Amino acid sequence: MSSVILTDIEKHFGDFTAVYKTSLEIPDGSFVTLLGPSGCGKTTTLRMVAGLLDPSKGEIRIKDRRVNDVPIHKRNLGLVFQNYALFPHKTIAENVAFGLKYRGVAKEDARKRVQDALELVQLPSVGDRYPKQLSGGQQQRIALARAIVIEPDVLLLDEPLSALDANLREDMRVELKRIQERIGVTTIFVTHDQSEALAMSDRIVVMSAGRVEQVGPPEEVYNTPASEFVANFLGASNIMDATVLGREGDDLMLDVDVFGRVAVPGRKAADVASEGPAKMVLRAEKLLLTNRDEPADGTVAVDGTVEAVDYQGQAVRYFVRAGDRQLQAINMIDEHPFDEGAPVSLRLRPRDCAALPAT
Amino acid sequence: MGWQLIRFWTLLVYLFMFLPVAVVVLLSFNASQFGSFPMTGFSIRWFVELAQNEAILRAFRTSMILGALTALISTTLGVLASLALVRYRVPGSNLISTLLIAPILVPEVVLAVALLLFLNFMSINKSFALLLFGHVIFTLPFVVLVVQARLVAIRRDIEEAALSLGASPVQTFFEVTLPLMLPAVLAGGLFAFTISFDDITGTLFWKPGGVETVPTQIFAMLRNSISPEINALGTVMIVLTVGLPLLGAAIARQLARKSGG
Ligand SMILES: Nc1ncnc2c1ncn2[C@@H]1O[C@H](COP(=O)(O)OP(=O)(O)O)[C@@H](O)[C@H]1O
Ligand SMILES: [Mg+2]
Repeated sequence: MSSVILTDIEKHFGDFTAVYKTSLEIPDGSFVTLLGPSGCGKTTTLRMVAGLLDPSKGEIRIKDRRVNDVPIHKRNLGLVFQNYALFPHKTIAENVAFGLKYRGVAKEDARKRVQDALELVQLPSVGDRYPKQLSGGQQQRIALARAIVIEPDVLLLDEPLSALDANLREDMRVELKRIQERIGVTTIFVTHDQSEALAMSDRIVVMSAGRVEQVGPPEEVYNTPASEFVANFLGASNIMDATVLGREGDDLMLDVDVFGRVAVPGRKAADVASEGPAKMVLRAEKLLLTNRDEPADGTVAVDGTVEAVDYQGQAVRYFVRAGDRQLQAINMIDEHPFDEGAPVSLRLRPRDCAALPAT
Repeated sequence: MGWQLIRFWTLLVYLFMFLPVAVVVLLSFNASQFGSFPMTGFSIRWFVELAQNEAILRAFRTSMILGALTALISTTLGVLASLALVRYRVPGSNLISTLLIAPILVPEVVLAVALLLFLNFMSINKSFALLLFGHVIFTLPFVVLVVQARLVAIRRDIEEAALSLGASPVQTFFEVTLPLMLPAVLAGGLFAFTISFDDITGTLFWKPGGVETVPTQIFAMLRNSISPEINALGTVMIVLTVGLPLLGAAIARQLARKSGG
């Protein structure tokens, strides 16, 4: 069953289209992330679900109810913002209890639920303080507690971790996911940070310039990008020109720039025609650098030269020249990284490759 | 050397401004029949006489009622106008904003005469309601300026959070927006009260016959004779118009501290 169903929604601001015709189903209890660069329409989409913006066209259903004409305060949603948005003039306990007031919850019951929520976010003893007396991370936990204590039909989070500093952000990421799984609330999470999206989501909706580029589980979006945009936005990818030679069994045979013949698995080339031009996508982590004298066993290999080395600790990022192309490779460091100018062999496994239609 | 000179001048300017005020306060405690130096002894008899002077008491009451009503109406209108301008982006909001602020820029005499001529033209008689109307018009800009500045600083997402939690727009206003802008609302109200209480130019033009406010009463008394009662009245005015805003500021600070600021 789906908790949220968007059908052909669009949003225009004057002549500008912030969200083009989009349909989306968000299954009950799932954690769905809207991922995309700044300005691609994530917040606009979220605000339409919240009822803070009216869609220009299309229908929004929450829990089998059409909500286009239902104002926000009657939608039973939990909303968490980037800047916490706690009520500065109310104590933490009053903040968390706010939504319960409008649901006719009895005082005693409300107090217990507030305490439970504070315990869930691991801040059981701050009820008497004011928001300004808490750190950013603590304030965001309270904002989360305030949103979930009302048992919302859907939890909406707009870049909730973006205002926190890096270490805290990773802790909160784990924490947020734990809480979401514990209470099983349907969640729509907005972020521009691909690692957040990959780490937390059941499904990722990749957006670009007001359009949905791809919807799928993290590993699918990561390994089988549906467009060049997705391939580039989620980590580093090498995108190469190719010509389709034909099909062989389940595989699609490509003649790829630099690498020559590569047999891409059919399921990773679903949208490509059986002939004509195409693109091949290879993630930077899947391009392996070796010494030239190592056996190629089962991989496609070409010679190249290291042009730049970006040392990152346990991994290293190489920029390598092969023919007239520069490629990126991110490899784990085995012993000693290759130096600039080193002659290397570039290896790829065909099953790591994906094919896209030429644009 | 240059700084010494500037310091000296500054001192002179302040003396020039505040000495008369100090003299008035000092002389109001003078025991002598005449409201002038030399002082013959300390006494509060002029305050007592003030408290027994029917005309002054009536004027005082009028001023208080006028000031309170002006503050109430100006603040209510000012809050509503600010909400409309800042939150609801009504069409033509720039023009409306300018119109609301305009009474500050127009000299008060011009405003007073204009309103009077307009009412003559409409053949409406002078009345207390009209006087109140005039005071509201020229205190409104101050309220709008103060409240608007505060409202702009209240983040919209705080109100959106309240809405998402189930509070209706009206409930959100009273639970969240109003408490957060309360210091500005109180400040605006106090401004309106003191401006109204102090005003003489507009009031002289607009007041109906027989109605006197404290400033117009002083003005009238001065035309007859300089009685020491006037010094006492001046002292009361000073305490009120300086003390009230100070009190207001203290309350506002207290409110801010309560919300953890
Ligand atoms: N109220 C508005 N009026 C006009 N343009 C808007 C409005 N809100 C958002 N936009 C535009 O819509 C686009 C998408 O915005 P938004 O949904 O906030 O992007 P993001 O993906 O960063 O959250 C942006 O180009 C933004 O400038
Ligand atoms: Mg956004």
